[in-house]
Amino acid sequence: MKLRELAHSRTGDKGDISNISLIAFEPEHYALLEKYVTPERVRQHFTGIVYGQVTRYTLPALGALNFVMERALGGGVTRTLALDAHGKCLSSSLMALDIPELDGLCKPAAGDA
Amino acid sequence: MKKAVRIGSGAGYSGDRIEPALELAEKGNIQYLVFECLAERTIALAQQAKLKDPEKGYDPLLVDRMEAVLRVCREKGIRIITNMGAANPIAGANKIAEVARARGIEGLKIAAITGDDVLEHLKGVDFPLMETGAPVSSLKNIVSANAYLGASPIVAALKENADVIITGRVADPALFLAPLIHEFGWSMEDWDLLGKGTVVGHLLECAGQITGGYFADPPVKNVAGLARLGFPIAEVSPDGSAIITKAENSGGKVTARTCKEQLLYEIHDPSRYLTPDVVADFSAVTITEIGPDRVQINGGRGRPKTDTLKVSVGHVEGHIGEGQISYAGPGALERGQLALDIVRERLSLAGVRTQELRFDLIGLDAIHGPARSMGVPREVRVRVAGRTDTAKEAARIGNEVETLYTNGPAGGGGATKATREVVAVASILISRDTATPKIHYLGV
Repeated sequence: MKLRELAHSRTGDKGDISNISLIAFEPEHYALLEKYVTPERVRQHFTGIVYGQVTRYTLPALGALNFVMERALGGGVTRTLALDAHGKCLSSSLMALDIPELDGLCKPAAGDA
Repeated sequence: MKKAVRIGSGAGYSGDRIEPALELAEKGNIQYLVFECLAERTIALAQQAKLKDPEKGYDPLLVDRMEAVLRVCREKGIRIITNMGAANPIAGANKIAEVARARGIEGLKIAAITGDDVLEHLKGVDFPLMETGAPVSSLKNIVSANAYLGASPIVAALKENADVIITGRVADPALFLAPLIHEFGWSMEDWDLLGKGTVVGHLLECAGQITGGYFADPPVKNVAGLARLGFPIAEVSPDGSAIITKAENSGGKVTARTCKEQLLYEIHDPSRYLTPDVVADFSAVTITEIGPDRVQINGGRGRPKTDTLKVSVGHVEGHIGEGQISYAGPGALERGQLALDIVRERLSLAGVRTQELRFDLIGLDAIHGPARSMGVPREVRVRVAGRTDTAKEAARIGNEVETLYTNGPAGGGGATKATREVVAVASILISRDTATPKIHYLGV
């Protein structure tokens, strides 16, 4: 399944650094995020966009991860040539990441009450 | 014990909607209305505006916002705090006074806070840039240097009964932290309370981004009423805990999910969020829904502030030129690629000197980077952008895209071109005593 079915996300920018939050819809799915969405995978997903280090911070109480990606914004919003100068679309791009379907895992129903 | 204080957030950025701020003033039962309107680069642009006209350099929507809310805020005793002063808080204060006079509002005390402009202090001292370590003297054409001030001068102006406080560069959360310090008498060295207040400020500073704006992703995340999105209110208790809510019957929603997204927005290490007032720690924050559109925020913490202030240094770094044109139907992708190849060769033949060039096919690789698997799009939009030293060379880039009309592949349409000056921002750290805040009062 796609990451979008398990978690939601928002991108922020500061200088040439982009951060992407990844928040489990249901607390019980946080462990899956922690297991499958590694900094290495995020780095690989953004090949050709992110040229620096990717650091992952964990916030288990919120069921959330925070990815901090360096050299990610073509020099930063003020000078980049990118169409999306802030890199605001990157969080949606991450939602396409594949997560293995697991037996016994209740697939979250689409729709946010 | 003192009652909770209700603070409304009336803008998340300079160009934000104005009606939600009026809605907060009229129906939000708030004591403070805060407008956060100053992005990293905005102050450098404002400084350029001020150089052209000494009476300018404040937020372009300042007058519109004040015309909308000043009367009702005056009637209800709601105090306004804003960084819409940008590069010229005093001119901004004069403008607010003009709006008040024109509307017959009397007895208004306006405070302008200056002292964030530290450009003079850069002369003779070569600070290293935080981004690259290179000396600040390596930047050509510096146009501005503004330190992020903390909450203290705003607190001082509140103590002097200012009704409207207009600042230049102040750390965004400090605009919200200041009224809490003032109302509850928090010590400027009670790091945990300052940390909690900073959490509240951080949650509110982007206005609609916590009430369902920038959140909808149907069908996974649905939000109703985004066209009449309500802006947020924080109901803060003297112990620093807070409830995030919004005006009744406004659009949008406040849920644990909207709050979590905003808590982590533009955050790096969640345990170390540096502000001029405190090093805030968001790592133990808890977020709990306690009712419809009511979310409880607890657990913010803080550690002692650092010895330095961050300064944004604005500098002109050349020009960006850009051109776009569309291709559609069978073979759109191939013609788009041919168009990019032609423009690349043309710029080379013409000897246009660029610092950097970029070639995109919008709809394919402009956002995601190099395409891994290419489908067959029904349409593509060619985009060429480049950074140059001169405006003239920047203009060549858009022109070379536009001339594809009669010289390029078949069926190109909708060409656009643009150039702009690049005002980039770099950061340095200065010692705290370099920036001396000053408060100027103005009565109406």
